Amino acid sequence: MTQSGRRKAFSRFVEILCGAAVLLALVPLFFVFFYVVQQGFSSLNWDFFTKMPKPVGETGGGMANAILGTLYLIAIAGALAIPVGLIAGVYLSEYPRTRLATATRFTADVLNGIPSIVIGIFAYSLVVMPVKHFSALAGGVALGFMMIPIIARTAEELLNLVPGTLREGALALGATRSRAAFSVMLPAALPGIMTGILVALARISGETAPLLFTAFNNRFFTMRLDQPIASLTVQVYTYAISPYDDWHRQAWAGALVLVTVVFVFSVLARVVTRRLERMHRT
Amino acid sequence: MTETVVSETERERPPMLRVGAAPPEPKTASSLEFTSAIRMESRRLRFFYGSNQALHDISIRIPEKSVTAFIGPSGCGKSTFLRCLNRMNDIIADIRVEGDVLLDGKDIYGPGVDIVSLRRRVGMVFQKSNPFPKSIFDNVAYGLKINGLCPTAEMPERVEKALRGSALWDEVKDRLHASALGLSGGQQQRLCIARALAVEPEVVLMDEPASALDPIATQKIEELIYELKRDYTIVIVTHNMQQAARVSEYTAFFMLGRLVEHDRTDKIFTNPGQKITEDYITGRFG
Amino acid sequence: MAPSSRRSTDDRLFRLGTGLFALFVVLLVAGIAFELFRSSRLSVQKFGFGFWVTKVWDPVAGDFGARPFIWGTLYSSFLALLISTPIALGIAIFLSELSPKALRTPLAFLTELLAAIPSIVYGLWGVFVLVPLVRKLQVATPDWMRKIPLFSGPPLGVGMGTAAIILAVMVIPFTSSVAREVLRAVPNTQREAAYALGATRWEAIQAAMRYGRTGIIGAIILGLGRAIGETMAVTMVIGNNPQVSWSLFAPQYSMAAVIANEFTEAADNLYLSALIEIGLVLFVITLIINGLSRALIWSVTREVKVKAPKAAAPAVEKAAA
Repeated sequence: MTQSGRRKAFSRFVEILCGAAVLLALVPLFFVFFYVVQQGFSSLNWDFFTKMPKPVGETGGGMANAILGTLYLIAIAGALAIPVGLIAGVYLSEYPRTRLATATRFTADVLNGIPSIVIGIFAYSLVVMPVKHFSALAGGVALGFMMIPIIARTAEELLNLVPGTLREGALALGATRSRAAFSVMLPAALPGIMTGILVALARISGETAPLLFTAFNNRFFTMRLDQPIASLTVQVYTYAISPYDDWHRQAWAGALVLVTVVFVFSVLARVVTRRLERMHRT
Repeated sequence: MTETVVSETERERPPMLRVGAAPPEPKTASSLEFTSAIRMESRRLRFFYGSNQALHDISIRIPEKSVTAFIGPSGCGKSTFLRCLNRMNDIIADIRVEGDVLLDGKDIYGPGVDIVSLRRRVGMVFQKSNPFPKSIFDNVAYGLKINGLCPTAEMPERVEKALRGSALWDEVKDRLHASALGLSGGQQQRLCIARALAVEPEVVLMDEPASALDPIATQKIEELIYELKRDYTIVIVTHNMQQAARVSEYTAFFMLGRLVEHDRTDKIFTNPGQKITEDYITGRFG
Repeated sequence: MAPSSRRSTDDRLFRLGTGLFALFVVLLVAGIAFELFRSSRLSVQKFGFGFWVTKVWDPVAGDFGARPFIWGTLYSSFLALLISTPIALGIAIFLSELSPKALRTPLAFLTELLAAIPSIVYGLWGVFVLVPLVRKLQVATPDWMRKIPLFSGPPLGVGMGTAAIILAVMVIPFTSSVAREVLRAVPNTQREAAYALGATRWEAIQAAMRYGRTGIIGAIILGLGRAIGETMAVTMVIGNNPQVSWSLFAPQYSMAAVIANEFTEAADNLYLSALIEIGLVLFVITLIINGLSRALIWSVTREVKVKAPKAAAPAVEKAAA
């Protein structure tokens, strides 16, 4: 083969390797999906969604407490993170070149990169240690802290996409900056921000580590902020490492629910983002 | 000599580009005579982006060891055609080429053509200089290295020859291993020319090589082109007509994807055959 | 009050008000750092720098040394990088340079899904699917291989190797998506320059990668940061045994895993403080790694605003010249 022929053959070889890399990465994806669906689907019944767990060793029961618990926790997390994240995002897009903005962006990135278990430690020190017991509040706070940087960054990006002429138009009509920001700019960016929030909520609903010693776990469900609470993720973990087959079965079902939520929100986010981009391009 | 084809009514209208109206085609094939051999030739080249035809029946001959300039208003297809000559358009998706482009008589779009060697024989210099983030030496030696054109021991010699050829040697000989990105714009462009010359091409295509440079750097490039034509066949796309008049022996005027007129430079600029060429050259549009 | 001065008071309040929320974020991170330092002081004072070198982790005797966990975290993360980097770069190259346009979006979406799967689901799959699989492989390892320290030890299924595999799978989508952004930010003229000199496709891609090499290194380091902080999937498959071993078969421990497992059982303050000190180390390491990676990536992508999803590299539709 000529030198040029050899180079081209090698180039073709590398191209094939890259394609193989893609396929290789998809293998675990399908592997995981397949197992979760196969093992979990049969256990997804009415009981699973409505019954409380049975005592240790008994079969049957469900994960109603855990599902409700997760919903409750993300509600608390959202209540903390959405206002903070949104308004911080507003600040970042209104005053982008101040020192505070740079510091905020930097620390938001840092916060985003902190391992979730370390956030759990912080929430523990803040909320659990002073009162010496686990609580839903502590878990919600931990999850909330994790959401803040995502929401802030999404809000900033989307607000920046709204044409500045909208703000100027409002100001020229005599609006105050806060009115321009909250009643003109924010609503314009809202669809995308909503998607970002939903994606963030879906992401933290899959978190386990920060809940292990904040919200801890609970066989029942009480809507009290100061009591420990079950969550789908921690429940799946507890069941998975237990020796009971019936619990393993339910763990797979729980995993299926988690994966479905994630999948649905990912698709949703993509669809909305694509539609938004199309709108902005015209 | 090409006939004047423009009708009376067209002469009266203001020379704006009318949507949908094609410029007049020369009625007879150009009887341009060349004294030297023909290095490259295109025969009825048609080029399509998807379903959109960008070049219509371009037939042109490029004589060796000369400078041919392509001029025309923006979007007329001159750069697209230039890039057909070394098949650079191949890297764009969804394109189609019909017709022939011959290099020394062989169709470069024919079956079994080795594009890698083609691009070695027909080199290209781009509008904005694009040196690699490497040393000056490594930039010039890049083509030699990947094509395996000479043993490593000979490379310093070939690099020096190329840098001398692009009139950059004296300025960089003491810092061959400094980063190429530290050079000025004009120097970077001459470096890119050296890089192209290092592989000893037969044809050098230049796509508006001086458009991003200041007047002094531009002048250096033009002087360089004048020197290079002794050894290389050069085709240069330029939107600067004075430049075309200064450096080239032959000029081709393109418009709306068609070759309107192709003749000796002095003839095109003093007594163009087509009215529309005259309008362009005198600055009535474009 | 005249309308203009009313407005400027409103504006000032607006800036102050929104600024407070931004400040909250800054203070939050500062608070985390402060709290970690404070709560680990007990352990820091007792053990000093010996904490990092001591292999012993004996909660009963009150003797704490973090070396096994640091070892486990670093070893598993570097192994994960070793496995994931070539695959992630291959994906990035394929998606940004080679893929037909129609395949690009679906494939990119699928790789994103890998990143969205919750860690606990990976852990579950790891325990029930991967571990038995690895155990079968371990049992099938020929005796001569077993003699090498890398493969020594009983075939338990759980261990460093399994953890590295799961970490690699989790890291791949992060590294590949950032590397893809970096490649998109590399100006096309670099590839064209290579092609014009007779480069093959792979050689032109190499030129692009060389231009974006700082960003690509940043992407890889980002993956490292992700692996280091991963908790659930690791703790379910690594074996949770505080031993330092080169063997891929040996059950070991990681920093995040020990915190997850033992935090609720830490009976006394010293124990808790030791665990929090480990958390502090995790915090500092990921801080440095993420900071470094961000700086590297930013230096390449800063030039180009990668906003609208314009397809990258060769498949860009260029207007006629």
